[in-house]
Amino acid sequence: MANSNLIGSGPMARGKNSGDKRNFSSAPLNKGRIFIRLWRYLGRNRVLLVLALVLSLSSSLLALYGPKLSGEAINAIDVGTGQVDFDTVSRCAILMAVFYTSAAVLTYLLNIVMIHLSRRVSKQMRHDVFENLTALPVGFFDRYQTGDIISTITYDVDTVNQSLSTDLLQVLQSIITVSVSFVMMLTIAPALVLIFVVTVPVTALFTRWLAARVRPLFRRRSARLGQLNGFVEEMLSGQKTIRAYGREEAVLERFDEKNRAAVDAYTVAEANGTITGPSVTCINNVSLALLCVFGSLLFLQGRIGLGDLSSFVQYSRKFSGPINEVANIISELQSAIAAAERVFGLIDAEPEAADAADAAVLRQVRGDVELRNVDFSYVPGCPIIQNLELHAKPGSLTAIVGPTGAGKTTIINLLMRFYDVEGGAVCVDGRDVRTVTRASLRRAYTMVLQDTWLFHGTIFENIAYGKPGATMEDVVRAAKAAHIHSSISRLPQGYDTVLSDNGTSISKGQKQLLTIARAMLLDAHMLILDEATSNVDTRTEQQIQAAMRELMKDKTCFVIAHRLSTIQSADHILVLNQGQVVEQGSHESLMARNGFYRELYEAQFDTVSS
Amino acid sequence: MSALKRYLRPYYGYMLVTMTIKLLGAVLELLIPNLMEIILDEKVPARDRQSIFLFGGLMLLCAAGCLGCNILANRMSAVSSGKITLAVRHDLFRKLEGLSARQMDSLTVSSAVSRLTSDTYNINQLLARVQRMGVRAPILLLGGVAMMLSMDAPLALVLVAMLPIIAVVVYFVTKTSIPLYAKQQAVLDKVVRTVQENITGIRVIKALSKTDYEKGRFHAVNEELTAVDRKAGAVTAITDPAASLTLNLGLTLVVVIGALRVNSGACKSGVIVAFLQYFTMILNAMLGVTRIFVMWSKGTASARRVGQVLETPEDLTVLAAAEPEADAPHIAFRDVTFSYTGVGTNLDRLSFRLEHGQTLGILGPTGSGKSTILNLLLRLYDPDQGQILIDGVDVRAIPREQLRKKFGVVFQNDFVMEGTIGDNLRFFRDLPGDALARAAEDAQADFIREKEGQMDGQVMSRGNNLSGGQKQRLLIGRALAANPEILVLDDASSALDYRTDANLRRALRQNYRHTTTVVVAQRISSLRHADLILVLSDGVVIGAGKHEQLMETCAEYREIARIQMGTGKEAM
Repeated sequence: MANSNLIGSGPMARGKNSGDKRNFSSAPLNKGRIFIRLWRYLGRNRVLLVLALVLSLSSSLLALYGPKLSGEAINAIDVGTGQVDFDTVSRCAILMAVFYTSAAVLTYLLNIVMIHLSRRVSKQMRHDVFENLTALPVGFFDRYQTGDIISTITYDVDTVNQSLSTDLLQVLQSIITVSVSFVMMLTIAPALVLIFVVTVPVTALFTRWLAARVRPLFRRRSARLGQLNGFVEEMLSGQKTIRAYGREEAVLERFDEKNRAAVDAYTVAEANGTITGPSVTCINNVSLALLCVFGSLLFLQGRIGLGDLSSFVQYSRKFSGPINEVANIISELQSAIAAAERVFGLIDAEPEAADAADAAVLRQVRGDVELRNVDFSYVPGCPIIQNLELHAKPGSLTAIVGPTGAGKTTIINLLMRFYDVEGGAVCVDGRDVRTVTRASLRRAYTMVLQDTWLFHGTIFENIAYGKPGATMEDVVRAAKAAHIHSSISRLPQGYDTVLSDNGTSISKGQKQLLTIARAMLLDAHMLILDEATSNVDTRTEQQIQAAMRELMKDKTCFVIAHRLSTIQSADHILVLNQGQVVEQGSHESLMARNGFYRELYEAQFDTVSS
Repeated sequence: MSALKRYLRPYYGYMLVTMTIKLLGAVLELLIPNLMEIILDEKVPARDRQSIFLFGGLMLLCAAGCLGCNILANRMSAVSSGKITLAVRHDLFRKLEGLSARQMDSLTVSSAVSRLTSDTYNINQLLARVQRMGVRAPILLLGGVAMMLSMDAPLALVLVAMLPIIAVVVYFVTKTSIPLYAKQQAVLDKVVRTVQENITGIRVIKALSKTDYEKGRFHAVNEELTAVDRKAGAVTAITDPAASLTLNLGLTLVVVIGALRVNSGACKSGVIVAFLQYFTMILNAMLGVTRIFVMWSKGTASARRVGQVLETPEDLTVLAAAEPEADAPHIAFRDVTFSYTGVGTNLDRLSFRLEHGQTLGILGPTGSGKSTILNLLLRLYDPDQGQILIDGVDVRAIPREQLRKKFGVVFQNDFVMEGTIGDNLRFFRDLPGDALARAAEDAQADFIREKEGQMDGQVMSRGNNLSGGQKQRLLIGRALAANPEILVLDDASSALDYRTDANLRRALRQNYRHTTTVVVAQRISSLRHADLILVLSDGVVIGAGKHEQLMETCAEYREIARIQMGTGKEAM
C-alpha cells in the first residue's frame, strides 16, 4: 500500500533472503515450548478432549469384547455335527450384531469429536495469527512477502491440524495397547523382557536421532513452500506487465527454480521421514527373530514351557505394532512441529507497542496539531527528521512539498502514529499522541493515500467502509461529491457492482474517486491527502478540489502534492529534501528566501513556458 | 484425476516398479511370522538346534530385505510424485501466465495462487501416499479373500457379498465429499483473499480504525472454512465405521451360517476358527483401502481445480501470418470498438495513424478509455470490431514473442517486485549492465546512485521501500532498457515533480528519437509536444491534433490547459 519511503532502504531488506531459517519472529522456540503451546490449544477444548478419551476407551473395550463373543460361539459350534448349541450361537450372534453396531456408532462419534477438536484448534490458530497480523506495525508487511504469510496461515495451520486430528488419537490408543501387552508379558516370562530392554531403547534412540535429522528437513519443506507461494503471489499480481514484456518464459524459469526447490524439499523430507516406519518394523522383526531363537534355546534347556513361549511371542508381536505406530507418529509429528514453528513465529511477531494503560480516548478534536522538537529515524543512526517544529492551527492547511523520495510520507507516518517519534513529541490539541489510544487518534484523521485500496465487495460496501451504518443516501451523496456517482449509475449493477481484484471494468482513476468518496463520508476534524488526485484528470480534480475545500472547512489539513499551484494557498508549507525539512513558511516568505522552494516552484514554470 | 492422466503416464513404469518393490517388501514381511511358526511348531519340538539358527537367520534376512524394499519404495514414491507435481505446477504456472486479462479477472489472483500451491500440494501428497500405502492393503484384502475361498467357498461368499455394500458406501461418500473438498478449497481462496487484502490495505485499515471490522470479516471466512472442513470430515468419517460394521455383521452371518453348516456336516468347526483369524487381516486391509479413497477424494477435488485452469481454452490466438500493407504507418487503429463487459462501449470507432518516431498523447477524464487503447495496442484484449495494425500487420497476426519485443511499457501503478534495483530494471531480460545504467539515467532515476548498493540495492516486495516517484522512474527505466520500438507510458510520471518530468521528456526527445511513443497523461505539459494528441470522453474522440490546433478547436482541451497552465491562484 504505502507508496513511500516508509522504512528507509537497504538494511531492512536483509532479513529477507537469509534462507530457510528465516522466521517471522526473532525468538526461536524450542521443541518443548512448541509442544506446550500446542497442548494449550487442545486444553482449551477440555470437554471435547475428555469426551474423545472416554469414547476411545469404550470403543477399544467393545472391540476387545467382540472376539470373546465369537470365541464363545465357536465353542458352541465346536461340539460336532448335529449337536451345535443353536441357542448359544444365536444369542452370541445377536450380541455380536449389537456390539459391532454400537462400536461403529462409538467410532463414528469419536471421529466426529476429533474432527471438531482439530478444526477448532486450527480455527483458533488462524484466528490468533490474523489477530496478530492486524496488530503488527505497518513496517512488518514491507519486510515479508504476502504469499509467505498466507502460506503459513493456510498450509502450515493445515499441517498442524492434520497431525493433531489423526496422530493424537493413535498415540492414545497405542499407549493403552502397549501398557497392557507389556504387563501381560512380564507375568509370563520376565527373562525374555530383557530382549525388549534392548529393542525399546534402540527404537527410542533411533527415532530420536532420526527425528532430529528430519525436523530441519520439514522446516525447509514449510519454508520453501512459503517462498514458492510468495513468488507466485507476486508474479501473478504482475502478470499483465510480464505479458506486456513477453517475459513469460524467463519468469517461468525462475518459477521452475522455486518449484524445484519446493518439490526437492518435499521429496527429501518425505523420503527421510518415511525411513522411520520401516526401520522400526525392522528393529521389531530383528528382535522377534532373536526372541524366537533365544526362546527356543531356553526351551531346549528346559527353562520355559512351549505354551509360554508361543504366547510370549504372540504378545510381543502385539507389542511391536504400537511401538511401530508411535515411532511413525513421532516422525509425522516432525512436520507438525516445523509447521507450528512458523505459525507461532507469526503469532509471536512483535506487535505495535500497546496503547499506554491510561491512554485516553481522543474526543471532540479541535484539530490543533503540533510537532515539538521531533527527531525520527527508521534505522537507528540514520536520522530522517531532526528538531522539527511545526504548529498547525485548527482549520489550517499545511502543505508538504519536495522532490520525489524526499520523505514526505514520513510526516504522515508520524501524524497517524504508524511510527513513534524518537525525540520530542507529536501533540493533538495539546496532548501527546502517545497518551491517547491509537484508534481514537487515527479516527480523528481522514486519510486519502496515493494508492487506491479497494477490497472484494460491492461499490456500496467499499464507499461505506469507513463509516459503519452508512445509508445508501449517505453513500450516494459522497459519490456525488466525489464525482463518481454518474459512472457508478452507468454500471449494470450500479452500487451493487462487485469489485474483483483486477477489476478491469473500472479504471484506475475511478478507483481513486471511490477512495475519495470513502473519505467524503468520514467526519474527522483532520485531513491527510497524499497526492490522492494524481490519477484524476484535471477537470475532475478541479471539481473534487472544490468539494474537498467545502469538506475541509474548519478542518486541519495536511496535503502532500507535487502540484505547487494547488498548495499556494496553504497557510504553511513544509519543504522537504532528502529526508530533511529544509525550509518552512508561507508561499510568499519561501519565495522571498530564494531557496530550494523557489527552485522547485520555478521548475514548474520552466515546463509551462518551454 | 483424469485431467492429470498425461502427467502420470510417463511414470506408470516407474510407479509400477515402486509398487512391485513395495509388494516384495510386504511379502518378506509376511514371511517372518511364517518362519517363526515353523521354528515354534516344527523345529523346537524336533529339538533341531541347527534349523532353529538357520530359520532365525532367515528371519533376520527377511527383516533386512523388508527394510531395504520399503525405504527404497518410499523414496521412489516421493521422487515420482515430486516429479509429477513439478511438471503439473510448471504447466499450471505457464498456463496462468498466459491467461488473458479477462480470464485472470474471472479466476482471481488469490484463487490462482492457491491452485498453484495448495492444490498441487494435495496432489503431491495423494500420489506419494497412494503409492506407499496402496499396495499392501489391496494385496492383503485379495489374499485374505482368496484364502477363505479356498477353505470354504460358500462361507467365504457370505463375506464377499458384503464387499459390494462397502463399495456402495465408499462410492456415495466419495461422491459427496469431492464437492465438499472442492468447496473447501474455494473457501480457502476467500481466506487467502481476505488476508491478502488486509496486508495490502494495512495502512488504510489502521487509519480508519477498521481493525475490529476486519477481524470480524476474517472471523466469518474462518468460520465458513471450519464449517465446510468439518462437514467434509464428518462425511468421510462415515467410511471407517461403516466398513467395519458391514464386515463385522458379515462375520456374524458367517458364524450363524457356519453353525448350520457344521451342524449339517458340510464343514468343520476349524474352518470357522481360521476364518476368524483371517478376518482381522481382511478388516484392516479393508480399512486401508477405504482410507485411500478418502485421500483420493481430497486429491481429486484439487486435481479438478487444477484441471479447470489447465483446460482453459487459449484466448487471443495468433492468426495466420499476413502480408504487411504497403506504405503503412507504424501504428494504426481503424474503427476500433471495444467493451470490457459487453455492456456499453469503452471505446467507440477509434481511428488514428502514427508514424515511426512520432509521439501520441492521450488525454481525457478518468474512465474515458485511455488505458483501454493501450490494452488493445498491447493485445491484452482483442477489439470487438475494427483493426489494430503495427507496420501494416494486424496485431492478431503477429506472433506473440515478436509483438511483445516491440514494446517498453509502464502501466499505472505498475508492478515492482522484490529483488534488486537491477533485477527490476532488467525484468528477466538478457540486458547488459550499461544498458540498465543508461536507461536509469534517461529515466532520471538518479536516486539509484545514492542508494546503498546502487544497482544491487534491495527493493522490497511491492516496492515498499521506494517512494511513488522513485517507483515510477524505476519503471520507466525498465521500459527504456531494451531500447523499445514503441514506448507506452500510462500515466507513468504522475508522481514526478515538474522538473524531473521535464528532464525526463528532454531525455526521451534526445535519446529516443526513433522510438514511437504513446503517452497517457493528465498533465498537458507531459504531452504538449506530441505529434498527435487525442482527447477522449466516454470512449469517443472529441479532439485530435497538435497542441496548437487543439487549443483552437477543442473547448475541453482549452479548458484543461487554462486550468493547468494558467497561474496557480486561478487553479485553486
